[in-house]
Formats: sequence, structure tokens, C-alpha cells
Amino acid sequence: MFLTVLSLLFILPQKGVAQDDKQQLDMEEIVFGHMGDSYEWHVATLGENLELSIPLPIIVYSSTTGWNMFLSSKLEHGQTYKGFKISEKGTDHQDKIVEKIDGIWVRPTLDLSLTKMALALILNALLLAVIVLGVARWYKKHDPKKISPGGFTGFMEMFIMMVHDDVIKDSVGENYKRFAPYLLTVFFFIFLSNVLSLVPIFPAGVNVTGNIAITAVLALCTMLAVNLFASKHYWKEVFWPDVPILLKAPIPLIPLIEFMGIFTKPFALMIRLFANMLAGHMAIIIFVCLIFIANSMGAALQGGLSVISILFTLFMNLLELLVAFIQAYVFTLLSAVFIGLAQDGKKKKAKN
Amino acid sequence: MSILLPEVGLLFWMVISFGIVFVILAKYGFPVITDMVEKRKNYIDDSLKVAEEANVKLVQLQDEASRIVNEANREQGRILRQAQEEKNSIIREARKEAKILAEQELEEIKDQIQKEKDEAIRSIRRQVAILSVDIAEKVIRQNLDTEKEQMSMIDRMLDEVLAHKK
Repeated sequence: MFLTVLSLLFILPQKGVAQDDKQQLDMEEIVFGHMGDSYEWHVATLGENLELSIPLPIIVYSSTTGWNMFLSSKLEHGQTYKGFKISEKGTDHQDKIVEKIDGIWVRPTLDLSLTKMALALILNALLLAVIVLGVARWYKKHDPKKISPGGFTGFMEMFIMMVHDDVIKDSVGENYKRFAPYLLTVFFFIFLSNVLSLVPIFPAGVNVTGNIAITAVLALCTMLAVNLFASKHYWKEVFWPDVPILLKAPIPLIPLIEFMGIFTKPFALMIRLFANMLAGHMAIIIFVCLIFIANSMGAALQGGLSVISILFTLFMNLLELLVAFIQAYVFTLLSAVFIGLAQDGKKKKAKN
Repeated sequence: MSILLPEVGLLFWMVISFGIVFVILAKYGFPVITDMVEKRKNYIDDSLKVAEEANVKLVQLQDEASRIVNEANREQGRILRQAQEEKNSIIREARKEAKILAEQELEEIKDQIQKEKDEAIRSIRRQVAILSVDIAEKVIRQNLDTEKEQMSMIDRMLDEVLAHKK
């Protein structure tokens, strides 16, 4: 927790200050620079003009030159390479790769660059796989009838079985075995990503779950799981629900609402996770930035504000740790409930 | 705002990485763990049930054992009492028999004594008769004129007899 604060204390002023000659803090850039994606992985600022960054591969498909693949270090400081550059601040595609076609800078047809967030995603997925497979290996090596795991394996077992029994078994119902692996993967993927995004040191600290593309894929997976394995009863409830005939016969009012529900439920899942993680990180960064905003107000005020903002940052970090778990829990719980409802329509309907 | 628009590239990488990790974990990760934990849970439940049954059985066995011990104790007491009674009755019987035997013996001895006494009395009578006959003979053989002579002779003879007897 303190590491977040300390590292932000180091990185932020130089980043903000260095890029702005007027010694004015550019809050928007700091906040969205931390939150958003980039083509290189900025690790730390070591000196006045010495940035420690890891260049990442850029993979783009251009309608004119086809597939292009090169390192992001070729595009540093606004350089142009093979007709590509990173769009400057204030233009249409700010901080994105653009390509010059017929004299205008446009986005390439397909941009599959392994960005900071993509790499963080892969690292998170790898870490998750290593942790879970490591735990699973223990069970393959030992006879579960003779010994029960301790230490980390025991903790993971408790954690997994908590989600498995309390969330999945209770919410999905009879068919829970079929969906348990998916829901467990979702829970631990979100939880691990949430927690890692709070660790400020490389290779963690990327706000993966605060990006709408990631939550969109997760929500889409839940939507597929709900609708592809749904029972007949579920579809009947959607298109011919048990309501007075006038509500569904001439104008399919209720069926329309029910049909919309198929999309709004995962949409709510997507927005909830994304917005929660985004807001939490934003709050932490803004509290840290408070110190540098107070820079121009004199030493006494800055000192007082620093103490307050550090305390608030600490509080927000602790809160975010809780939110990291709660959001993973809520996403999994709601997914499980939706799947459960589609499995057995006789149960009472849960509100989204 | 760009923050609300999902990037195609990120969608692609997310689908790839999440898809792969999901497939791997769904095949080799979570089912292994949950199955094993389930198996262990069932085993523990079974073991608890078996232990419960064993406990019940143990209590039953203990009851049975104490019942048997009690019964044996009662039996022992009964046998001891019986033996005591038997002993007593044997002693009583023996005493009675001994008494009867002793009485019979005594009776016989009395009879014997009576017989011998009778015999002795009879023999004394005979002797007395013989003696009186002898004395009478002697008295008769002497000329006993006077009563005085007769009497002194009887006395003498009686003395003789008595002296002789001694």
C-alpha cells in the first residue's frame, strides 16, 4: 500500500511536470495516462530525460502495406516509422497508432499491438494458470483421503471452495458442475487482476479490469454461457411469458423487454466492473496528485495536504482491496444467478 | 470518450488470453481441485458415519459385556449359595446319619449288655440252685437232729461258700 503512494510520489511529478513547461500539473494526462493503454510499458522515470520504458511489439494491418510488426521504440518521441506514428495530444486518435493515407492520418484497419494492457493481461493469465495448476498438481501428487493441504495450497483450496460452494452451487442449481470451471476462472481472473492492479511496481499495476474491452469480453462470455446452455423454459419466458395476453399479443411489449434483458444484464455486468475499478484507481491517483496541486500554495499548506492525502490514499487503497474482492464476487455471483435462472426458469426471478 | 470504446486489439488479446487460460484451467485446474475436495469431503462424511456406527456398536458391546459380567456375578453368587446350602445339607445329613448309626450301635450294645446281664443272672441262679442243692445234700447227709446243729452247719457252709467264692 505504501509502495503505491511512494512510487506515485516519484513518478507523477516528473511525468506531469516534465511534459508541461508551465510547471502546471496536467491532471487529465496523469489520470488517463495511468488508467489508459500505451504502446510501451513505462516502468519508472530515472532522471530528467531518462525514462525507463519497455518497448512492446506493434502489430498493425494496413490497407495499403499489409501486416506490419515492429517495436514501439521506433516511434518514440513522435517519430514516424514505415508511415506510422503515435498521434499527438489534441488530435483525433490521441496516443494511438495512426497511418498516413492520401495525406491524412487515419487509424490502420486492424491494430493488434501487444500493448501494455495486453501484456499485463497475458501476465495475469499466466500467473493465474501457474497458481491454479500448482494447486491442482498438489492434488495429483497426494492422496486426498490421507492428507489435506496446508499453507498456500490450503488457502487456495479454502478460497476456491468458498466460491464454489457459496456462490456457484447455491446460485446455479443442479447443473452447477457444468459451469463451475467457467465461473471459477472468471472469479479468479477478475480478483487476481484487481489485486495486481493495486500493486504499483512493474509488472503489476496495470488497471486491467478498469478497461472496458476486458470487462466486455468477460460479460460476453457470461452472456454466451447464459444463452447457449439455456433451457426451453427460459426461451419460452422470453418470447411468450406468463402475462395477460394483451401485453404480448398485438404488440409484443413484455417479450421485447425480456429480449432486451438478454443484453442489458451482461451490459450491466460490464459497466459495473469497469466503472468500479476505474473510479477506485482514479480516486487514488487524484489523492496523490493533491500533493502536487498544493505545490504552488506554499509550504505549510502543502505539508498539511500531503499528510491528509497520504492518509486518504492509504484508506482508498484498503478500500480498493475490499472492492477488488467484492467486484470479483459480484460479477461471479450475478453470472451464476443468470446462468441458474436460464437453467431452471421455475425459480423466482432475481433482479439485476 | 475513448475510455468507453473497447479497443479491437485489446478485445483480441483478451479473447485469446482469457480463452486459453479458461480452457487450460477448465481442463486441468479447477475440476481437479473441486473433485478432489469433494472426494475428500465424501470420505470424511463416510468416515464420520462409520465412526458413529462404531461408537453405537461399541456402546452396545459394552452394554452386552456388562450384562454378561452381571449375569456371571449373579450366577457365581447363586452357585456359591447353592454350594453353601449343599454343604450344609451334606453336613446335616451326615450328622443325622451318624446319629442314627450311633443310636443303632448304642441300642445293640444295650441289647448285648442286657443279654449278658440276663445270662449272668441266669448263671447266678443256676449256681445258687446248685449251691442250695449241694448244701441241702450236705445237710441231709449229716445227721442233723437239732435245729441248732442244722443252723450252725448252714452258716458254716454258707461261710464256706462265701469264702470259696472269694
